[in-house]
Amino acid sequence: MELLITNGIVYDPINQISGEKVDIFIKDGKIVSGVKNPKTIDAGGRIVMPGGVDMHTHIAGGKMNVGRMLRPEDGRRGIESKKKLTRACTGYSVPNTFATGYRYAKMGYTTTFEPAMPPLLARHTHEEFRDIPLVDKGAIPLLDNHWLILEYVKSGDMDKLAAYIAWMMNATKGYGIKIVNAGGGEAWGWGKNVRNLDEMVPNFDVTPAEIIHGLAEANERLNLPHSIHIHCNNLGHPGNCDTTLATFDLVKDVTSNNRQVMHATHAQFHSYGGSTWADMYSKADAIASYVNSHDHVTVDPGQVMFGDTTTMTADGPMEHELHMMSKRKWTNKDVELETGSGIIPVFYSRKVSINTIQWAIGLELVLLIKSPWKTAITTDHPNGAPFTRYPEIISLLMSKKRREEALKGVHSAINKRAILSSIDRELNWADIAIMTRASPAKILGLDKHGKGHLGIGADADISIYDISPEEDDPRKIQSALSNAKYTIKGGEIVVKDGEIVAVPEGRTYWVNPEFDGDVTKAMLEDLAVKFKDYYSVSLANYPVQDAYVPHPIEIKTRCKNAS
Amino acid sequence: MIITDVLCPFCGDLCDDIIVEVEGNKIIEVKEACETGMSKMMGHERIAAPMIRENGKLVKTTYETAITKAAEILTNSLRPLMYGWGSTTCEADKKGIELAEELGAIVDNTTSVCHAPSILALQDVGLPSCTLGQIKNRADLIIYWGSNQAEAHPRHMSKYTSFTKGFFTKEGRKGKYVMVFDIRKTTTAEVANEFVQILPGEDYRVLSALRAILAGAGDVVPFSVGGVPKGKLIEIVDRMKNSKFGVLFFGMGLTHSRGKPYNVANAISLVRDLNAHTKFAVIPMRGHYNVLGFNQVCTWSTGFAFAVDFARGQPWYNPGETSTVDVLNRGECDSALIVASDPAAHFPRKSVEHLARIPLIQIDPYASLTTELADVVLPAAIAGIEVEGTAYRMDGVPLRLRKLIEPVHLSDEEILSRILSKVREIRGD
Repeated sequence: MELLITNGIVYDPINQISGEKVDIFIKDGKIVSGVKNPKTIDAGGRIVMPGGVDMHTHIAGGKMNVGRMLRPEDGRRGIESKKKLTRACTGYSVPNTFATGYRYAKMGYTTTFEPAMPPLLARHTHEEFRDIPLVDKGAIPLLDNHWLILEYVKSGDMDKLAAYIAWMMNATKGYGIKIVNAGGGEAWGWGKNVRNLDEMVPNFDVTPAEIIHGLAEANERLNLPHSIHIHCNNLGHPGNCDTTLATFDLVKDVTSNNRQVMHATHAQFHSYGGSTWADMYSKADAIASYVNSHDHVTVDPGQVMFGDTTTMTADGPMEHELHMMSKRKWTNKDVELETGSGIIPVFYSRKVSINTIQWAIGLELVLLIKSPWKTAITTDHPNGAPFTRYPEIISLLMSKKRREEALKGVHSAINKRAILSSIDRELNWADIAIMTRASPAKILGLDKHGKGHLGIGADADISIYDISPEEDDPRKIQSALSNAKYTIKGGEIVVKDGEIVAVPEGRTYWVNPEFDGDVTKAMLEDLAVKFKDYYSVSLANYPVQDAYVPHPIEIKTRCKNAS
Repeated sequence: MIITDVLCPFCGDLCDDIIVEVEGNKIIEVKEACETGMSKMMGHERIAAPMIRENGKLVKTTYETAITKAAEILTNSLRPLMYGWGSTTCEADKKGIELAEELGAIVDNTTSVCHAPSILALQDVGLPSCTLGQIKNRADLIIYWGSNQAEAHPRHMSKYTSFTKGFFTKEGRKGKYVMVFDIRKTTTAEVANEFVQILPGEDYRVLSALRAILAGAGDVVPFSVGGVPKGKLIEIVDRMKNSKFGVLFFGMGLTHSRGKPYNVANAISLVRDLNAHTKFAVIPMRGHYNVLGFNQVCTWSTGFAFAVDFARGQPWYNPGETSTVDVLNRGECDSALIVASDPAAHFPRKSVEHLARIPLIQIDPYASLTTELADVVLPAAIAGIEVEGTAYRMDGVPLRLRKLIEPVHLSDEEILSRILSKVREIRGD
């Protein structure tokens, strides 16, 4: 099918198009230079962007599903009936799979990445992906607490480390390296944690700093499209800003191919000053200042929005701490040899000083980081808030007036322990197009694979919003972004006037790094021992079968020279 | 042909180390499996062909005719019930839930009469848990409560708990303390270090006493609770606190004795509280090999784990109202589709009487008591032997079932898929 989008005000930052009237031609799911017999969409002066890219959103897998099971009260909050084309929907912070796909598409998003896949449970993540319609997906496996990785980092066997990661990408159909509280997951196997980057992981004699550095080096050696994706140690602790900055510094010496070497996710939860909850304050300025003066780190905020949501993370000890504080219902799930997770419901209140400061920090980070290419808009769904709050967040970032209104209703701690009220910056549509499209695509390394832009050959994933660039009413901005006029996915119109009109299945991106055969053979001997003696499943049954990834996009990479 | 690393489609342990020998599309030998698993895999008498009841007797027919009849029954019903899903693949579950949504049916699985109280308790207090390999590698205190896995999950202790060695448990059985809490001395208790006998129906009180002692309120605990002396209870709490990694497995002795979900919530709360002192996990001993798989699929596709009523066109979940036995006892549903389970053999008399009154469709490899009530019988291929697919082990680890031999019959998924197409055709969609 051929499509022509005409009269749109196009924002395509990767191709240096910023609010210009440009025709877009689509054929066979891709952007092309011209078409013969197209169906024409007259955008009528409305904003046109590449489809949205969410680089960090917990949408699928064991953890999200236990979250749903834990919270039927949340399930009842988002109920929508089955319609001719769409399945029934439930949930607010823990939506069912169908709702997840529909709601993203309605906001003009077409690509979503699940950032915490436990390798042993990878099959589950991919099973749920199959039931999330419309959007393309990828999943980043959790690798930093894995025994074999701890052992290779300790012995300095960088060849086998890389070989194992390459094998894991294949086995899990994964897209990169996720690190969560490096070393803390293993310590949590004994109910303990690691508190700083140089503390030894119990029984493994390796430090978080060594794990992070080793994985960053392996990541670059394997030429993975994305950098290491890190949830820093000490999440949510007052004073953790020091750990965060030290983590950034750890990988300064690692070189990459023209992109960051570390993506530090949900930085809001890692930008705290103070020493207790009573004196905790925003250190967003320190984090932003580091990011402004260094090119090897990118961050996303993990914005907190007021209201009820569900926190879920592979950071098991942190969730237990939250439980000890709030006493709310708590699940934990340790995964043998590999990782863990925890879940707890949370209510972020504008009357609570800490929550108010958390809310401010996320906005501060995005506003203080000068280059929009170094950040991306996230809520760490559903940890800070459900992804459906993005339009509201964007309206806050674009309007100082709206922020001032919001500031009036929050805890007074915001005046002393945050800096939001002193920030005048208002983001423009070009900034938003970067932070919700171009930048997350580039950080993930997807821009080279047709995502986040509208150049010739790119995927025809496009959103058209019912608003003109001149409109500055933040509520109109929020409304327009909530219900796309059109969402086009792979050249097919899937949303029209905020309604789903087609439900194609999405595709799954995964990385297949090529690596030296002899090293891989030696590594597999080590791995076989792990399965024989320690895993509760056999090696033959571990890798995710092709049947679970019916629409794969395999990205092959070539390793740099062996060390 | 020898096939290794085969998954056993019987119990919630989902053993994946079975060796099977196949000759001429027949399984001739099964190694490593327990007797129950081996018996299932070696095979026994099957339903030969689709059947429809005519004048009180089941008469052989074609799939086409039986599927059309099933679709007609379901389409003409106002309140169809779709129950079972204990022993089939997630792929079949997915198709079944889609059919339920299309029909506006109630869809529920065998969880409804086994671990429903565990899910209700999870909703109430959470679930600090782990995978079975974590137990194998770390646990030095293993507790079975109201669960006799020596009979129900025969390889559980040798593969994951008492009689295995792991990374931090190199001493094996010697380094582990195994306790059994039950109302009678079971075969599991015979191989434990300690058996704690509880008076029937007193689990909740014993758990409460343990929690009180743990919380430092032992002074409120009477001389003896549920038949267990206070001194023993104090000793147990000390043992729990001083373990390096403890685990509590519980079974139907806890979920189906007086107190039901409250028992389970109390057990989970005890484990939760212990995590302030040491590392402790709790795992429900799920029965069938993929009963949890249905809960997983149902949860991600509807938001709720079981007992989902689609009558409103949207999922409505209210166990006690929308759970199968309740719906049957109220005489509410006017047809039933039973997949991979045998409610006629296991349900209360009143529920079975209603099943006998209404048109009943059965999809199953084997004839059972339910077949005696069925009006349409659709024989199915055996998941994990004749059909590939996904199953979730009791700890949530998903694995892919193997196909070992060629099926004679259609798979559950295929049958459900054809019923769905037929329903849509009848409705003119």
